[in-house]
Amino acid sequence: MALLSFERKYRVRGGTLVGGDLFDFWVGPFYVGFFGVTALFFSALGTALILYSAAIGPTWNVWLIDIRPPAESYGLGLAPMKEGGLWQIITICAVGAFSSWALREVEIARKLGMGLHVPVAFSFAILAYVTLQVFRPVLMGSWSHAFPYGIFTHLDWVSNVGYQYINFHYNPAHMVAVTFFFTTTFALALHGSLILSATNPGQGEVVKTPEHEDTFFRDILGYSIGTLGIHRLGLFLALSAVFWSAVCIVISGPVWSLGWPEWWDMWLKLPIWG
Amino acid sequence: MAGYQNIFTQVQVRGPAELGVPLPKGSLERDGEGFIGISRLMGKIGNAQIGPIYLGWTGTASLAFGFLALFIIGMNMFASVDYNIVEFIRQLPWLTLNPPPPEQGFNMLPPLDQGGWFVITGFFFTASVILWWVRTYNRARALGLGTHVAWAFASAIWLFLVLGFIRPMLMGSWSEAVPYGIFSHLDWTNSFSITYGNLFYNPFHCLSIVFLYGSALLFAMHGATILAVSRYGGEREIEQITDRGTASERAALFWRWTMGFNASMESIHRWAWWFAVLTTLTGGIGILLTGTVVSDWYGWAEVHNYAPPR
Repeated sequence: MALLSFERKYRVRGGTLVGGDLFDFWVGPFYVGFFGVTALFFSALGTALILYSAAIGPTWNVWLIDIRPPAESYGLGLAPMKEGGLWQIITICAVGAFSSWALREVEIARKLGMGLHVPVAFSFAILAYVTLQVFRPVLMGSWSHAFPYGIFTHLDWVSNVGYQYINFHYNPAHMVAVTFFFTTTFALALHGSLILSATNPGQGEVVKTPEHEDTFFRDILGYSIGTLGIHRLGLFLALSAVFWSAVCIVISGPVWSLGWPEWWDMWLKLPIWG
Repeated sequence: MAGYQNIFTQVQVRGPAELGVPLPKGSLERDGEGFIGISRLMGKIGNAQIGPIYLGWTGTASLAFGFLALFIIGMNMFASVDYNIVEFIRQLPWLTLNPPPPEQGFNMLPPLDQGGWFVITGFFFTASVILWWVRTYNRARALGLGTHVAWAFASAIWLFLVLGFIRPMLMGSWSEAVPYGIFSHLDWTNSFSITYGNLFYNPFHCLSIVFLYGSALLFAMHGATILAVSRYGGEREIEQITDRGTASERAALFWRWTMGFNASMESIHRWAWWFAVLTTLTGGIGILLTGTVVSDWYGWAEVHNYAPPR
């Protein structure tokens, strides 16, 4: 049993959303629960189908394996297995597995008497995935607009979709999303650095305090957000990055189908310039 | 379910301003100690107190150089619309200060209208950034802290120098540098990928993106975890590191039970530091290799069996 020294007293029953005590147990370090069972089912089936698709495909080169969504002609209907049907079932499995995982996190948080911030945060990631693979294809009338499952083929999809809109960097929501991604990484560097610098001050120095942390950032920038605030800020920045990423792709096609540089013509034509 | 999730601070305490731990002998005075601002709005999320600040010699010089760089960029843009203030605002996203044209090569003193202003701006901008780096190092040392912020900052400076100086130098042409302008730097990014055969096939670009997205993932996980155990005092991380409490234990067990693995209150910050630092470190390597060592990333991928042959 992989039990941490302090773990036993936390392993209590309760906190489940579904199934009562039925699945309220651990396997090794993993908590199971009803949603652990569904997560295992969806991920095992999805992985098996990915392996099957690879087996009937042209290559076992892990970089090149490519599982494509149905062709445009199938619209939003079901496709035969070897012509995108596998992709459709794998996508259902993915959404099932991700949702199970989020609900399992809710059960674990309840069991530990914690807030629900982690499953809420994770649902933003699920939302972005569903936006790419379900909402946008549905709005555009064909599953063919979703991205394929493959390491480099999904990058090809990003590249091709980007150049379809001439220069995707001109997409205003993409600008916001990228800015949030860079800012999140910047803030993460500052936060990680600050904690490490206070607890690892070097030979002969004692561990420092939050007063030193506040003083350091006030000395440098004139403001320190504080120990609680940095975690609120970090969570906000990271979730904003994901949220605006979902926005920037769902408006590409359903809302704006020309090149993104052209969108900015409206700025030049605003009536305020006289 | 609908419990208090500690998203905002509900009760704000007002006391005397915190003027900071004492500085060692030989330091200058902190600035603005008589002008401490209190923002109730900021207090909803973090500390309400604004100031004081330690400007010092390097801070003052850094701000001066930074202002000079911005001023030169702004005046060049202003000149490009014949000093028409309305057109300046209207066309601002399109305005740009471009690097010297290819004919100038890596000439250190091109004529001002042939990218000379660009090179001068780069000098002032770099001076500003380097002085600010010295400042992050010295301020940490003055307070007896480790220098982790400075070394993380150095990783970002590496990418900055690769883009604006080291790669143009190796390519023998300033024209390779990134222009100063909103749309012009986006155009540079777009054509850079096309010119060198799809940057997505550059393995260091792959790594940089992984660490960028990984950083967002880590901060979402870490921020959410700490807020979720803030009812147990989880945000007092230094205390939790030196004397583990129930907040750390619950935070660790949450991830152990979820994914079979957990960091500790200290090690999550090492994960954070490395992910953020590696984003710009690997990004800089990827840019530096492009055009200097590899001129067609897709072709390179074909040779190395991770792109299908055309």
